[in-house]
Amino acid sequence: MKVLQATDIQKSFGKNPVLRGISFDISQGEVLSIIGPSGSGKSTLLRCLTLLERIDSGYIAYEDLVMAKNDAASGKAVYSPAPVLQQIRRKFGLVFQNFNLFPHFSVLRNITEAPIHVAGKSRDEAEKEAMALLDKVGLAEKANAYPCELSGGQQQRVAIARALAMHPDILFFDEPTSALDPELTGEILKVIRNLAEEKMTMIIVTHEMAFARDVSDRVIFMDEGVIVEQGDPKQVIENPQSERTKAFLSRFSQR
Amino acid sequence: MTWDKILNFTLQLTSNALTTLQLFFMTLLFALPLGLLTAVIRMSRIRPVSYIMRGYLLVMRGTPLMLQLIFFMYGVKPAIENLLFNAFGASVTFSRLQVAIFSFTLNYAAYFAEIYRGGIESIPAGQREAANVLGFSKKQTFFRIILPQVVRKILPPMGNEFMTLVKDTALARIIGVVEITSYAEKMQAFYVSVLPVVIAGIFYLLMNAVVSRCFAAAEKRLGYYS
Ligand SMILES: Nc1ncnc2c1ncn2[C@@H]1O[C@H](COP(=O)(O)OP(=O)(O)OP(=O)(O)O)[C@@H](O)[C@H]1O
Ligand SMILES: [Mg+2]
Repeated sequence: MKVLQATDIQKSFGKNPVLRGISFDISQGEVLSIIGPSGSGKSTLLRCLTLLERIDSGYIAYEDLVMAKNDAASGKAVYSPAPVLQQIRRKFGLVFQNFNLFPHFSVLRNITEAPIHVAGKSRDEAEKEAMALLDKVGLAEKANAYPCELSGGQQQRVAIARALAMHPDILFFDEPTSALDPELTGEILKVIRNLAEEKMTMIIVTHEMAFARDVSDRVIFMDEGVIVEQGDPKQVIENPQSERTKAFLSRFSQR
Repeated sequence: MTWDKILNFTLQLTSNALTTLQLFFMTLLFALPLGLLTAVIRMSRIRPVSYIMRGYLLVMRGTPLMLQLIFFMYGVKPAIENLLFNAFGASVTFSRLQVAIFSFTLNYAAYFAEIYRGGIESIPAGQREAANVLGFSKKQTFFRIILPQVVRKILPPMGNEFMTLVKDTALARIIGVVEITSYAEKMQAFYVSVLPVVIAGIFYLLMNAVVSRCFAAAEKRLGYYS
């Protein structure tokens, strides 16, 4: 079964159509990168998939849990009842461009808060697991620090640990390195690479072409709310077929 | 004034200060939560509800508290007492202090509401979104993620309001509540000396010194993050 299935997703902001029929799916253990120019709707797509925005029409399902599907009569998307959506929220995690750590909590509490108060774990268990996750992202010694005391790269690694603590089936990244100084992007990419090796299912919106090429199983190129091209990362990035992809990538290599 | 008169006056004033303190603390006790509730309703996406709250805020913040006190004392208080009597046969009479606490609560809740609102709106949307994706309910998000950050942010403006409230308690004398200022005024006329007024001023200063100390301590305590 597919971890995530999305069919013909449409979404407008007012009169501005941002997603104009996006369809794709992702299998267990797959790493999918989404590339595309600014304003092409990449973030909006991730926000729709993570229930931060509502789609106008289309179909979204996580395994056998349907998030939204079109009403036969109106052709507009109808969302499943709140308890189903809450179940679906447990299936995914999201890592934001600007981390969004909780500034008033220590690093450890940033990670344990949801496992304790959403998943209902005991504090002991949650803390033990959080320490293991911090160890994994190389920040065990920062457990009692506050987010403001960390570098951007460290904050993002905490954000990844925070998402992992809820044991998502799939992890979304929205330009996880864009807010970072260039010398700090490496540490994040390394963490994501390790997750890929552990067969974590991931969808990564990124402008790091070399990274997308090396780490992902598949690349989607989006432009103006549609998927223009998708396929093998080497193929799409080094030998794009569509003119739009070519134009985008050439602009990129010039920078 | 002789020393023993000054001492006697100061002792009497201390007992009147209890009324001032009662008005101060009871107003906070009711107005702090009521202000939060008002702020949340004011931010409601249901237009009519939000507009009703805006109207309330406009009236409370746009007219003198002194006028509101008179209105509640001579307009609302008898009306409610009559209503209770006619509807339930209950003969209730509200004390002047109770009316003052009621008026102060409604007035200060309006100011607090705007401070809370400013604080809530200053929290980046990303905080809510992160909480939402992690599965926190709306209530959990508000009380665990948003409110603690709001409290920290609004301490300075709240400190100002608390200090203003200490001084505003003097307005209650307009509806006959015997508190520090009204007593000092009476004694000023009795002794034909401004000394009672000066001593009353020292009482307010001391109270505000304590308030300001408390806020400084709270800001320090919550200042562990930036
Ligand atoms: N909340 C919103 N309200 C109105 N318009 C929006 C909103 N969010 C996004 N848009 C519009 O939707 C379009 C797509 O935005 P989106 O952020 O999804 O692009 P993106 O591909 O993520 O771009 P970038 O690479 O710059 O992050 C843009 O034209 C943007 O102005
Ligand atoms: Mg984006």
